[in-house]
Amino acid sequence: MNNAIALKSILTKETQRFLRIWVQTLVPPAITISLYFVIFGSLIGSRIGQMGGFDYMSFIVPGLIMMTVITNSYSNVASSFFSAKWQRNIEEMLVAPVPNWVIVAGYVGGGMARGILVGLIVTLVSLLFVDIQIHNVWVIMATVILTSATFALGGLINAIFANSFDDISIIPTFVLTPLTYLGGVFYSISLLPEFWQGVSQINPIVYMVNAFRYGFLGISDVNIITAFLVIGFFIATLFTIAMVLISKGIGLRS
Amino acid sequence: MSHALEIKSLKKTYKGGFQALKGIDLTVEKGDFFALLGPNGAGKSTTIGVITSLVNKSQGQVKVFGYDIDTDLEKAKSFIGLVPQEFNFNQFEPLMNILVNQAGYYGVERKVAIIRAEKYLKQLELWDKRDDAARMLSGGMKRRLMIARALMHEPQILILDEPTAGVDIEVRRSMWDFLRELNSQGITIILTTHYLEEAEMLCRNIAIIDGGKIVENTSMKALLAQLDVETFVFDLSPHDKNITLTETDYRAINDHTLEVDLNKNQNLNHVFQQLTEQNINVLSMRNKSNRLEALFINLISNNEPNKKLNMKVN
Repeated sequence: MNNAIALKSILTKETQRFLRIWVQTLVPPAITISLYFVIFGSLIGSRIGQMGGFDYMSFIVPGLIMMTVITNSYSNVASSFFSAKWQRNIEEMLVAPVPNWVIVAGYVGGGMARGILVGLIVTLVSLLFVDIQIHNVWVIMATVILTSATFALGGLINAIFANSFDDISIIPTFVLTPLTYLGGVFYSISLLPEFWQGVSQINPIVYMVNAFRYGFLGISDVNIITAFLVIGFFIATLFTIAMVLISKGIGLRS
Repeated sequence: MSHALEIKSLKKTYKGGFQALKGIDLTVEKGDFFALLGPNGAGKSTTIGVITSLVNKSQGQVKVFGYDIDTDLEKAKSFIGLVPQEFNFNQFEPLMNILVNQAGYYGVERKVAIIRAEKYLKQLELWDKRDDAARMLSGGMKRRLMIARALMHEPQILILDEPTAGVDIEVRRSMWDFLRELNSQGITIILTTHYLEEAEMLCRNIAIIDGGKIVENTSMKALLAQLDVETFVFDLSPHDKNITLTETDYRAINDHTLEVDLNKNQNLNHVFQQLTEQNINVLSMRNKSNRLEALFINLISNNEPNKKLNMKVN
């Protein structure tokens, strides 16, 4: 009971935080995604023709939504947790009888809430540009929930190790963005030479984008079961790492 | 019967080899008002950090109301309310949210937390600021906010690390009254402070820590009884007489100020009597310096006789 109240408190705090600064957290993704639709969808997309049996605009919508979910889930936890470390208000939780798993679940839940809410906003914006079809709503929901959890955990681990605000922008800039752009958001990996198709298999975002696209369009470059197994593996691994780091007090306790 | 706090052989060595605590033994009884004094870097905040699990100890045992922090950490934490030295709340969050969320971390239901937050914000004169972001508060208000936050789960032991640092005299005195009231309700209070007058006025028992070791641990009364000589300053009505006092050392500072050194077996009546006989009117009287301060400096310099801070302006 106490743990449920503590978890709810962290979730409330995290949700209040990103809603309080909605101009910084909710509006920019809507603008960015509109630009993507205008440039890649309307202007360039009309010259590309079809991809995977669908017009280019319809093909990139799931990838763009997923890209937004990934970025926002990650950056929410990375900036919120690091800010709590920097202002030392993380100590409010550390001195309280809050189990470590509740701290992890609370911050990850906050990141997921922002990722999913922004994903929803971007989906609504995309309706202005394209008719969205839904092949399997359960696959869509499962993919978005699991993907946001994966990257929220990643953002948490980044924040635990970070010593400065620069440290929480390095991974998104040099790792996350390249993996996302090379993760099949804008193209089908079947278009790549065989070698690069093989290389793409080790990019976890490929599985997330394709599972999500399967939910909308019913097409995927990877096996859906494999995709969920890969996502599950990353969640289990990142959760274990986050728990070990917080239990040892890395970056939190001297 | 368990103590409010029991520390045995506590040691802490930080990365890099600095040994902040060199084996501390300390017991604080339930309901006590306890002072933990020491110069900067003595180990006060490290000790508090270990008790509240913000610092990992290297060795030793800490029990809070009988619960060992190694085996029953969450239970031990539930008894403690901490008011840290540095402001450590989210500067952008409204006061009400800070308090209600803090209560939630201790498992206090939201509706109960809102009632408590109102109570403590009103008691600490912050109610009008409840919807303001914490960064908008003055220094004294921020200190009071941290006290309110520490009380939200109704702790049995309240640990305050320099709670009145940087606040004006009026606020400091009202905070003293507030802490006395809490203590009278049965809450054990442990206080670290640089204001020795504060410790003397509030605390019943005292430990002095220096260089990571406890150099004195006794009752305030017993500690002050160690003073052999106390100096009193008498403000006199201006006069042109040559004052003479017997059986005591004294100095006439000017025509209206007299300093008198008294041993603890001497009494002030004797001084008053002699001044009256010489037709000298005493307007007021005070201690020359804080009594505890004299003892504190004496204990610290005995512990580390060569310790000296050399600050120079080139």
